[in-house]
Order: sequence, then C-alpha cells, then structure tokens
Amino acid sequence: MFDEPLKLGLGLMTGIVFGLLLQKGQVAKFQKILGQFLLKDWTVFKIMATAIVVGTIGVHTLVALGMASLHIQTASVARVLIGGALFGIGMAVFGLCPGTSVAACGEGRRDAMIGVLGMLFGAGTYIALFPKLQPIFKSMSDWGKVTLPQITGTSPWIWVAALAVVIGLALAWLERRHPQPQTNP
Amino acid sequence: MNPLTKKSWSPYLVGAGIGVLSWVAFATADRQIGITTAFEYTAALVEEAAAPQLAQNNPYFAEKAKDNKSPKIDWEWMLVVGVFLGAYLSSKLSDDRSPERVPPLWRWRFGDKPAVRYFGAFVGGFIMMLGARIAQGCTSGHAISGVLQLALSSWMFAPLIFAVGIATAFLIYGKEGRSHV
Repeated sequence: MFDEPLKLGLGLMTGIVFGLLLQKGQVAKFQKILGQFLLKDWTVFKIMATAIVVGTIGVHTLVALGMASLHIQTASVARVLIGGALFGIGMAVFGLCPGTSVAACGEGRRDAMIGVLGMLFGAGTYIALFPKLQPIFKSMSDWGKVTLPQITGTSPWIWVAALAVVIGLALAWLERRHPQPQTNP
Repeated sequence: MNPLTKKSWSPYLVGAGIGVLSWVAFATADRQIGITTAFEYTAALVEEAAAPQLAQNNPYFAEKAKDNKSPKIDWEWMLVVGVFLGAYLSSKLSDDRSPERVPPLWRWRFGDKPAVRYFGAFVGGFIMMLGARIAQGCTSGHAISGVLQLALSSWMFAPLIFAVGIATAFLIYGKEGRSHV
C-alpha cells in the first residue's frame, strides 16, 4: 500500500521543487498554456526544451555510470495515438496539463481544482474501461519499450549531442523572434 | 532581492532547474518525474476499496500485479502532493495569487459565468487524464521525461499532443483569440 518512508520523503521534496519551478515559470496558468497553443507565447516550449536538453545530458551520464536505469513506456501505436489525441483536446479545453493543474491548485485557482476533480474521474474511467480498452491496444502494433538509439543501432550520445545543438539553435532563434515578455517582478 | 519573492523566473532557468531535478529523481529514487500514474493509482485504490467485486473481475489489477506495479501510495504520489505545496509556497511568497475564476481568454469566448468555466475545466481535465492513462504519460512523464530518455513512445506522443492542442485551440478561439492571451 505504501512505499518506504525514505522514498515517500524524496518524492515529496522532488515535488516541492517541481511545483516551485512550475509556479515561478508562470506556466501554472490557463493564459500561458493557451498562449502557447495559439503560438503567441512560447514560455511553455522554452521551459520544456531547456529541461529536455539539460535532463538528457545528466540522465544519460547517470545511466552510463550505472547509477540509474531508463524508465520508459511501451511504444503501443493504439495507446499513443488514442491517448495523445484525447490528451491534446483535453489540455486545450482545460488550459492546464496534469502537473501545472496541480500547481495551479496550489496557487488557489478554483477552475483548476474543478479540473483536477475531472482528472480523478478520468483516471477512474480508464480503469473501469480497461477490460474494453485492452483488446483495442492489442489490435495494433506495439514496438515495445524501445529508445531511438536502440531502433537505429546508434550511440545515445549522438542523440544527446544532436538534441543539444538542435534545441540550442531553435531556442536562440526563438528568443530573437519571440523575446520573453517581461512580467512585473 | 530574494528570488523566492519574485513572481517569475526566466524560462531557461526554470527549464534548467527541471532538467537538473530529473537527474536528482533518477539518482536518488531511480524514478522519472511524472504525475498521472498517481491519479491512476488513487482511482484504482478507491475502486478496490469501494467495489472489491468489480475490481476482482477487472484484468487491470492482474496486469499490474504481473508487472509488479500494483497501485499504491508511492514516490510519485508524494511528488504530486509536493507540487501542490511547492506552488502554494511559491505563490504565497511572491503574492502571485489571483481570486480570478474565469481566465480572460475564456471570458472573451464563453462569457464570465464561473459555472461555464468550471464545466469546461471538468470536462477538459476528464478527457486529458483519460488520454494520459491510455498513453501512459503526460507532459511531464512523456513529453519531458520520456523525450529526454529518447523513448520512441514519447517521441511519438509529444509532437502529437502539441499538434492536437494547437488545432483544438485554434478551433475554439480562432486567430482573434491570440489578442486575448
């Protein structure tokens, strides 16, 4: 029923920092998420792209040192396509993603709290529908828990380096076209 | 000036912070940052407690037990609690708390009735979470953590949610909506 207390404490600490970062990034807000989807405000993209570059370097280093292992999901075509489509529609209507909606609750936003309630019902519906969903998942290809380096037979470091260069250039270009608006301090 | 009392930080600083936090998660707990499995587990624990008969006949629980991932209050569950607390503290320290119930863009399109916005938030949250559990991840678990691990599933998921999200937003608000965000 419970993880050991140390793990629970580590999760809590990690979450507090994550919540703080999301709040300071100003992305726990409907206007910011929709601003991104309407391609006007690029804050969400800038945060995610930077997190990916910084994260991929460190995580691959940890894995190479044998200090961590990868935790990835299976590439089930049905799961990704159906789930991703529903996710995109829901996120655009709600105006928050799962992490930012919890952070928006922390900011005291009522609409986010109602949305999180909807999310709990959504999770319950997934479990209730699971017997009906399972055959659909199994009806389409599933490529398994694979990474891009694995399927291409290349070193992960090529991908890490390429990702850093491509995202670095994209962000430099983006910052010139869409400079970060200064919000009052 | 104390950075914690500032309302906003550079997105690059925040992004780098989340990146470093992902190392911490892997190094200390051998876990990736994610949110929605905790919601699934919560719903699963409720179903087990409220309708044990129904739960017994649902292959979901057998499947989870087989993978040694039976629903429980775990690291990620506490992470979600932490996100709430961290955002609460941050917004208190910087006084970034608004009593506003209907965001400006929504008000421009659907009017200022809170009930309408609440309905939209509930339905949107419902559909989003159903999708997240079907795809086994969200913006955090797939689009950040999975992409940085170079997972094929996440590299399919991340572009898809952005494409569908952009299409949905333009469908609802149109080009004129851009002047309200």
